[in-house]
Amino acid sequence: MTPLKHILRSIMISIWFMFLTFPLMVVYINPLNYTVTWRWKNMIMVGIGTFFASFFWRRFQNRTVGNNDKPSLGQKTLNHIYTSPEISRMLLGVLILFTLSFPFIFSTYQTNVFTTALMYVVLGLGLNIVVGLAGLLDLGYVAFYAVGAYSYALLNHHFGVGFWVALPLGALVAAFFGILLGIPVLRLRGDYLAIVTLGFGEIIRLILENWDKVFFGPSGISNISRPAFFGVELVEKSIPHAIKYMYYLVLLLVLFTIFFVNRLKNSRIGRAWIALREDEIACQAMGINKMRTKLTAFALGATWAGMVGVIFAAKTTFINPASFTFMESAIILSIVVLGGMGSIPGVILGAFFLVLLPEYFRTLGDYRMLAFGASMVIMMVFRPQGLISHIRTKYNFNAKEPLA
Amino acid sequence: MNVILDVKNLTMDFGGVRALNRLDLDIRAGEIVALIGPNGAGKTTFFNCITGIYNPTGGDILVTPPQKKTVRVNGVKPHIVTRMGLARTFQNIRLFQNMTVLENIMIGRHCRTQSEILGALIRGPKTRAEEEHIVHYSYALLKKIGLERQVNEFAKNLPYGDQRRLEIARAMATDPFLLLLDEPAAGLNPQETTDLVDLIHKIRTEDKISILLIEHDMKLVMTLSDRIFVMDYGKKIAQGTPGEIRNNPVVIKAYLGEDSDA
Amino acid sequence: MDNLQVELQYFLELFLGGLTKGSIYALIALGYTMVYGIIELINFAHGEIYMIGAFTALIIATVLNIMGVNHAALVLLLSAGGAVVYASAYGYTVEKIAYSPLRNAPRLSPLISAIGMSIFLQNYVLLAQTSNFLPFPKLIPEFEFLEPISHIMGSSEFTIICTTSVIMVLLTILIKFTKIGKAMRATAQDKSMALLLGINVNHVISFTFIIGSALAAVGGVLIGSQMGQINFYIGFIAGIKAFTAAVLGGIGSIPGAVLGGLVLGWTESFGTGYISSDYEDVFAFTLLVLILIFKPSGILGRNTSQKV
Ligand SMILES: Nc1ncnc2c1ncn2[C@@H]1O[C@H](COP(=O)(O)OP(=O)(O)O)[C@@H](O)[C@H]1O
Ligand SMILES: [Mg+2]
Repeated sequence: MTPLKHILRSIMISIWFMFLTFPLMVVYINPLNYTVTWRWKNMIMVGIGTFFASFFWRRFQNRTVGNNDKPSLGQKTLNHIYTSPEISRMLLGVLILFTLSFPFIFSTYQTNVFTTALMYVVLGLGLNIVVGLAGLLDLGYVAFYAVGAYSYALLNHHFGVGFWVALPLGALVAAFFGILLGIPVLRLRGDYLAIVTLGFGEIIRLILENWDKVFFGPSGISNISRPAFFGVELVEKSIPHAIKYMYYLVLLLVLFTIFFVNRLKNSRIGRAWIALREDEIACQAMGINKMRTKLTAFALGATWAGMVGVIFAAKTTFINPASFTFMESAIILSIVVLGGMGSIPGVILGAFFLVLLPEYFRTLGDYRMLAFGASMVIMMVFRPQGLISHIRTKYNFNAKEPLA
Repeated sequence: MNVILDVKNLTMDFGGVRALNRLDLDIRAGEIVALIGPNGAGKTTFFNCITGIYNPTGGDILVTPPQKKTVRVNGVKPHIVTRMGLARTFQNIRLFQNMTVLENIMIGRHCRTQSEILGALIRGPKTRAEEEHIVHYSYALLKKIGLERQVNEFAKNLPYGDQRRLEIARAMATDPFLLLLDEPAAGLNPQETTDLVDLIHKIRTEDKISILLIEHDMKLVMTLSDRIFVMDYGKKIAQGTPGEIRNNPVVIKAYLGEDSDA
Repeated sequence: MDNLQVELQYFLELFLGGLTKGSIYALIALGYTMVYGIIELINFAHGEIYMIGAFTALIIATVLNIMGVNHAALVLLLSAGGAVVYASAYGYTVEKIAYSPLRNAPRLSPLISAIGMSIFLQNYVLLAQTSNFLPFPKLIPEFEFLEPISHIMGSSEFTIICTTSVIMVLLTILIKFTKIGKAMRATAQDKSMALLLGINVNHVISFTFIIGSALAAVGGVLIGSQMGQINFYIGFIAGIKAFTAAVLGGIGSIPGAVLGGLVLGWTESFGTGYISSDYEDVFAFTLLVLILIFKPSGILGRNTSQKV
């Protein structure tokens, strides 16, 4: 296309979008006093915005077509970091030092925010097993998170069960729900599975909301105990301590999860998950039990969600159904998709990106979900492998055969 | 020679279409048998029934693994059939495209190994030994088919001919006693076809694996097979040695009646 | 005797309420089913198209009202027409942006893209307008009709049922007898074959999105007018329910979508009427989970085995 044609095309597109957004973005009606505000400025902005956006869109589209596999410069650098033990060790050291000293350098507020980000890292890594590795699109992941949180809240409320007992219990209950749901639904095709899990997530939330006698309805459960520190209850006035403690606790879980998922990825089971994601029929023809393999991934993902659920209840000391909406599932899913399905560093980056950015740029807060949605579409169109695509392990056999 | 696969009266209906019509076929240990017939004759459907991907409407599929009792495998799950020792390739290659060449073969070892989640987490001596076995076994297989230089290449980046060979190696990794190849020479150039013939011979003589193959390349079929079965419209229309099939008027008619590639 | 009559009246009310609701579900379900029939994608953003249709109608009607246009039929025609045009335009654009570049991508990619699009559109409306419920003007006027029926149903319900019936008939004619309808059926059957026959598959897909969106917009206008209020979130729930209806009837099947919509409408209506009104949405979701588990091919769907 000639530049002139490009410009003409972009003008057409921008006119189309001005037309498209006209009623919703220009007209604003105030239903109370029946007045209309005409926001012509919005139309101009849409026009200019889409004019340039369409340029970039075509540019990137042309780039993605054809050389989809060529690693980008960033990817190459990352590969380099991965494969070079010195650099990766040094980076890891700095990272560990930073995370360890975080609560002592930054304020309580910052620590709290960071803890939340770390919790989403764990949730992301957990869902990553299900979606990224095994390729099972679970849109109701938050249900298992809720199961964990309510398990602890109820056990604590009625029987005074402590955090440390509840943590494995919550994980178990969530795993149980995972298996219970998994057995019938994992037979379904990918897109049906997505819808059933979504339906299941909504059912759980609606039950929590409406079955007041058991789950205390929309008002939720408060005064949940924080975790005890080696048997010592942390009293109210030491909240900063409790927050620090919580931080390290979640950090520990993050490290354990990374360790675990990393080992899983390069294990017999992990490979079977990835193979299942690639081609179910070939997988079965290779002697892999499809149901069982899917079920392990699903239940393991649920277990992790359950654990984070218990931690969430302990951290906020108050839970209600509003924390477990479909949007929460969507956020966790976009962490995985944005970060890079199957990639551990990708998911970590994705979690920090999606949790910290809106937190620090409060004005962005309103645009957060808008940006999530847009980024999911853009990622799928231009970079389906995510920010950091996952890298398969290389095997080195002997020096005489240099590996490309 | 004992019969390792005995198919009797096999019938498969899809709605109104009868893709297999009372088909009989048998394979003895150590044989290379070819299944030929025009496109749409039902050959792939036959494979799918044998390997548990479809559940046949009628008939019997009897499998006799070496030193084991005969089992009827109608409607048995595909992964169980593979564990019993039947492995296959697909007409339209079904590799795990985004996994490496080595990993593709390692998946083939899955059904002969054990370690589970806990093993992966703890990675004790048993798991490590098993993992080492998987890697080395797979690498040895790669060497056998001459793909050892591409260990870490993604399967999707291999040339077509190599993909076909990789799929065969992946099937071999499951330790089969009978290998089912669906059009293994389709899309190969003459050199690759010659290599394939050598490979199939090698698999039979060195690994003692029997082979059932679907193929359109008549030269290959005639040189390789001990016996040939001919199908048309879901029915068996002839069977015999290459010499017998070459001169069978029924077969010639079936092929001449078909004007697409035969 | 008296008691029985009350019971019967109650039953009839529930039945007609279910029919009304079910026909709206059916309207939206048609969009899901047609798109799925052609590109095997669950168009997650379809509920949002319906919501945008309702918003457009609301905005046009309100502006007309403020401008002093009071002629009921004219307002209805302009706002419904505008809703249909805009919803179709959105449906078309969504397909071009989020799905058509992913034609050959792995199956999950377009689905994730669709979810992203759905979240985007919801929040776009939320930011451009408001998160509050907006009162929806009563576009369907009260009118007199048949004496015995008018006892148990209002003119708005009556209009909904009639409109949807007429639309179903028109749609059937379109698909059965027109050129584009035949092209749609051919594409749904076998895309590569359709290409060989010289059918422009991209046009057919766009057309399917446009028709589906237009139907959803009609649904949006009808339900907005009946419920009297809308917000940015109505598309999400309605979308899932309509999808349930589509699956219930057998996804890809047009009569199936209608049947599924009605069955779902009745399930909800009788469920809330006889069991508990707290669980209105739970009935729909439970039904969805149950069908997908026990009969994923739906009532009228065909059992297809994947070709290998
Ligand atoms: N899953 C299926 N559903 C419906 N029909 C099928 C299916 N699989 C195969 N068929 C039909 O069975 C017949 C035989 O196909 P196939 O076994 O692929 O033939 P071949 O491999 O000999 O070329 C064809 O008419 C094909 O359309
Ligand atoms: Mg075939």
